[in-house]
Amino acid sequence: MHPRIVVTGIGITSPIGNNLVEMRDNLLNGKSNVIEKEMRYIGKVPMGKCNFDIVKYQNKREARRGTRAGAISIYCANEALINSNINFEQIKKENIGVYIGITEHGTVETENEIANIKEFDYNVKYWTHHHNPRTVANNPAGEVCLNLGITGPHCTLGAACAAGNYGLIHGAQQLILNECDIAICGGVSESTESFGIFAGFKSQNALAQCSDPNKASKPFCKHRNGIVVAEGGAIYILERLEDAVNRGANIICELAGWAINTDATDFVLPNSQRQAECMRKALRHAAISPDEIDIISTHATSTPEGDSREIAAIREVFGETPEAFVNNSKSFWGHAMGAAGALELAGNIPSFIDNKIHPTINIQQLDPNCDLNGKIVIDTPCVKNEINYILNNSFGMLGINAVLIVKKFKHL
Amino acid sequence: MTHEEVRKIVIDIIQEIAPDEDYSNINDEEPLRDQLGLDSMDFLDIVMELRKQYKIEVPEVDYSELATMKSTVEYLLPKFNS
Repeated sequence: MHPRIVVTGIGITSPIGNNLVEMRDNLLNGKSNVIEKEMRYIGKVPMGKCNFDIVKYQNKREARRGTRAGAISIYCANEALINSNINFEQIKKENIGVYIGITEHGTVETENEIANIKEFDYNVKYWTHHHNPRTVANNPAGEVCLNLGITGPHCTLGAACAAGNYGLIHGAQQLILNECDIAICGGVSESTESFGIFAGFKSQNALAQCSDPNKASKPFCKHRNGIVVAEGGAIYILERLEDAVNRGANIICELAGWAINTDATDFVLPNSQRQAECMRKALRHAAISPDEIDIISTHATSTPEGDSREIAAIREVFGETPEAFVNNSKSFWGHAMGAAGALELAGNIPSFIDNKIHPTINIQQLDPNCDLNGKIVIDTPCVKNEINYILNNSFGMLGINAVLIVKKFKHL
Repeated sequence: MTHEEVRKIVIDIIQEIAPDEDYSNINDEEPLRDQLGLDSMDFLDIVMELRKQYKIEVPEVDYSELATMKSTVEYLLPKFNS
């Protein structure tokens, strides 16, 4: 039996809000925000962009030197620390760990530099000396440490689009191992800055196309045709329960169980069987039955194959008509890649207080392959008497699956 | 190009690199590093911008010439006028 791990702070930026209250309000009111923007070499594409104040917690010079992923991480980490009400000046910085999940890192900076030296006939003497510190894999977490003077361990976890959940799980594991006393963890995405991400999905026939960008991301809809790439970030403060209680923290929720596994079957196509196994393993870790889950926050990215395979996995674990209600946040802003799991979970966590389940939007016609007999919450929120457990799915390329279950905090 | 013109070019470049600093009271005799909190990566940025914007090369052996505003302008003036 490991120590109980609790969430004591959350900081986010998303295309529909730069704090959890704002994002939750838009989720409950069905307000999406996907814009159309010109992307190098590709033209106009729908995307989810954040609009946070980049110099709220770093100066212009630091922002210029760092990366977009670093700036998102710094913003979210600072917001999370404020939300946690930790007396940051008083705590030992060596006892803080920073663990940030990311889908990819370095593509944005590399693409920018190639565009830069193209102006100089590809002469590499114009290649920036900032390239390597910007593109090392630990950059986003390292920038958080530089910004906050944190001297404990840090790393960035590459786990494709399961990285948000992975970052949270890794943070919890480091707390259990006593490697740190406070884990600043979660996931970030800077993917909207990389033409390669868009071009890759386009070549894969998996990039969303729609005349109305706000309707482009439509998981579970029969007419879905691909992913809307988004940026975003969600960083949590995790602590061992005993430490959180001792400092009188406001405990937002508890991490009840989790699981990570691998399909080992395909580079891109998901495997329902492994996803189901991952959900079952997380349920066993949480020591609960499928019927005890109140909300399943799905990973579905609005691709024909991905969505139906996830629903197949849910049917296998929860039955044709799950007890849980099912929703999807990507319908509001697209796929925030490395941030996705942590961000989508954050949007659902207020359910423990308001007992509402935010809807999935943009389902013009529910795909029969994605039907869960009325359990997908569509267009308007539904209300339950009490919400105790949320299961959050997060899956990524190379068959990485990460499932996280959080529960309403109760002193036992 | 005059001394003042080169000085303005240098300030414009540094201002782009370190936009949060106050440039109204720079002491030309004092090290730029101390006055503006510049580090080695910032100096490499200055070298890069001179290369990109003005095709001026500052070899590594001459980096010490960029220590103060006075030494920087004195070093760059003949390069701008050559």
